[in-house]
Amino acid sequence: MDPTRRWAQALLALKLLALEPRLGGVALRARAGPVRDRWMDCLARLPLTPRKVPLTISDEQLFGGLDLAATLAAGREVRAAGLLAQPALLILPMAERAEPGLAARLSQALDTGHRLIAMDEGAGDDEHLAAALRDRLAFHIDLDGIACGDALVSLGTLPEPSDVTASEADVAQIAELSEALGVASPRAALFCLWAARAHAALHRRRALTGEDIEAAAILTLAPRATRLPQQADTSDPPPPPPEGDDPAFNDSDEDQSFDIPQEMLLEAVRAVLPVDILAQVAAKRAHRGAKGSGAGSKKVSNRRGRPLPSRPGRLDGQSRLDLVATLRAAAPWQAIRKAQSKLTRPVEVRASDIRLKRFEEKSDRLLVFTVDASGSAALARLAEAKGAIELLLAEAYARRDHVALVAFRGAQAEVLLPPTRSLVQTKRRLAGLPGGGGTPLAAGLQAGTDIALQARARGMTPTLILLTDGRANVALDGEADRKRAASDSTRMARAALAQGVEALVIDTGRRPERALRTLAETMDGAYLPLPRANADKLSTAVSSALAP
Amino acid sequence: MTAFPFSAIVGQDEMKRAMILTAIDPSIGGVLVFGDRGTGKSTAVRGLASLLPPITAVPGCPVNSATHDACPDWAEVPEAAPAEVPTPVVDLPLGATEDRVTGALDIEKALTQGKKAFQAGLLARANRGYLYIDEVNLLEDHIVDLLLDVAQTGENVVEREGMSIRHPARFVLVGSGNPEEGELRPQLLDRFGLSVDVASPKDIQTRIEVIQRRDDFEQNPDKFCALWAPEDTRIRDRILSARELLPSVVTPPAMLETCAELCLALGSDGLRGELTLLKAGRALAAWEGQRKLNADHIGIVAPSALRHRLRRDPLDEAGSGTRVTRVVEEVLGA
Repeated sequence: MDPTRRWAQALLALKLLALEPRLGGVALRARAGPVRDRWMDCLARLPLTPRKVPLTISDEQLFGGLDLAATLAAGREVRAAGLLAQPALLILPMAERAEPGLAARLSQALDTGHRLIAMDEGAGDDEHLAAALRDRLAFHIDLDGIACGDALVSLGTLPEPSDVTASEADVAQIAELSEALGVASPRAALFCLWAARAHAALHRRRALTGEDIEAAAILTLAPRATRLPQQADTSDPPPPPPEGDDPAFNDSDEDQSFDIPQEMLLEAVRAVLPVDILAQVAAKRAHRGAKGSGAGSKKVSNRRGRPLPSRPGRLDGQSRLDLVATLRAAAPWQAIRKAQSKLTRPVEVRASDIRLKRFEEKSDRLLVFTVDASGSAALARLAEAKGAIELLLAEAYARRDHVALVAFRGAQAEVLLPPTRSLVQTKRRLAGLPGGGGTPLAAGLQAGTDIALQARARGMTPTLILLTDGRANVALDGEADRKRAASDSTRMARAALAQGVEALVIDTGRRPERALRTLAETMDGAYLPLPRANADKLSTAVSSALAP
Repeated sequence: MTAFPFSAIVGQDEMKRAMILTAIDPSIGGVLVFGDRGTGKSTAVRGLASLLPPITAVPGCPVNSATHDACPDWAEVPEAAPAEVPTPVVDLPLGATEDRVTGALDIEKALTQGKKAFQAGLLARANRGYLYIDEVNLLEDHIVDLLLDVAQTGENVVEREGMSIRHPARFVLVGSGNPEEGELRPQLLDRFGLSVDVASPKDIQTRIEVIQRRDDFEQNPDKFCALWAPEDTRIRDRILSARELLPSVVTPPAMLETCAELCLALGSDGLRGELTLLKAGRALAAWEGQRKLNADHIGIVAPSALRHRLRRDPLDEAGSGTRVTRVVEEVLGA
């Protein structure tokens, strides 16, 4: 779709949102720039007051709470109104970095009449707005690639909302459309219906026409599509839907309804679908599986990390006192305590007032290298794999990652190095890694997964990195049986997936091995074929696959 | 805001049944609804509120006591005859502080009168009713711990500054969430009596129906509710008669054996599984107006009662629901 039309679409979404509050809002994917600014300027035309939600907003600011200063001054309870007290147009900058907790709170706010513009500034494919929030926003708009010159049209006038009737056939058509595009959430279909209504109101129509449904489907259903509609016809793209802001243009359509057949509607939506939609869906899914690959997962700590709300507790020498929160907790009690106390102290603080600081810290990451040292791999690639691991180790050291080393050859797997940060030790063990024998892939996977799970129990975030040429020929019990070896390794891969162990499969064979790709898919991990990799290349590939 | 009528929810029979069963017998211990976005999880809970039969409570009592004698002594309850009130359905928002959940010092009284008084929290308000937690898997750990404790003892204890307050807090815990956003700790999982997995409707006709009804509701809520009111009333009456019937439902010894056999075959942890299975089965029998528990009842409630109590089998991708169904077929079919 050309940029001018995409800009028109982005504006149309705003108009529909102004007419129909139930549409929730817009997930806007765009980098900061003049085009986005121009779009944001149009927000001022919406009937609600825009209010910015910072990512670090506390619950008290969001939902309101006791205004301590005012309470003490007034001598009665004064509550500060939260951001959500009045229906507002919430604007969430850097939305792709919103925590699931904030996303859930905002989703609940959306259910109670707020509207949200989530400004997703994510750069790569792995940064996205939380799915719970995306689902509740009718429009997903991407302003990338629209130049200033394309964004000349302005918003125009907004008509008054009016009643528009939708026939059963219209509803059926929308349901079929969403089914054909593989949109699972019924909410999306409802958005489509409401957007179509608003579109009709925009053109001063009393009943829905096919054109309304088409425009609505392009805005609401197309960005959510997970499959291409079943149609072999790949001839000319259909003519672009008329983009008329002029009400007079549509006056003659008054009584038309259901005038565009289903196939044409599908075609229209299909035309705006990105070419690589399936690849994108796959990427999103892979991303879900390998969630947070670069960074460790979170744990609550009392020493360091990002601050969390403080909690009541006892000073035990381990944790840190939150002085301000403690004083706040003590403040309302002063009148009572002073009356009871025989001594006159400026502030009466009791043990129950103590508030402790809490932090959220990223847990350490552990890379479990599971290396194929069998005869087939050893001859050609073992030296290269060793080199790559050494390079990765240097990087891991810089990032304070832990590493563990598992080698499998002959009949079984062996843990050469339990999780450690010691670079020297790893190098020494690696250098002494002998080669030769069969490929007990399943045993290697099992040992690697075991280490990963043990590490996780100790609070680390493990990633399993499997380096092999993939020709498993030794079963889990050590017998040379190709068939069972393959089924055993699939089984172990599934086990790793079920335990949620992140994985990365590096194919060190001369040719990419289909079985290994399947194995990587089974583990929901990335697959890197490196047919002619040298150590340097391998290391670059791995670090980019693991990059945050 | 008017809630979408419970009876107008299209499909999702297992979820609706689970909620009705806890309404018949609150001691089953709550419902956990896990599933896709936009499948009517929250809608069902909010609709349930208007469906529940009213309770008798003393007006002004913070814990909804049935008689004046049962009112806690810390509360100043005005003299008034107990009256019928709707069953409380209390929302526990994600951002709730510990003070708000358990109750805390009444700050206004402390400041203005220098008096120590207790201001009841959400747990008090939910007594004898429902406590609903949306996105339960994102709830802060310390609130979860607190809920576990209260749900187990049925009593909320607040100790602060020489103030020691305890009040009954017996409620049906209803939680909903999306498993993609985070797991639920097994301890909390086990507290829920029944667990239901919901999914988006797959066939066109159902989807059309969902959209049509929701849209009708949004266009004119009052008219839509009036249209469905008779159906809601019918369900409510049926719940009431099921409650009356429940004590007289007979459990044949063979059924006890079936329950135990099922749980053994599935290897569920602890005995809570059997007990819930039995209670839910009896509630279902009462709902169907039968005086005797039979194998069909157990077969129907088994997936909801057991699926969240199984050890996770790393080699099984089909999900624990399928596993329960398979074992139920084996045990009951034999």
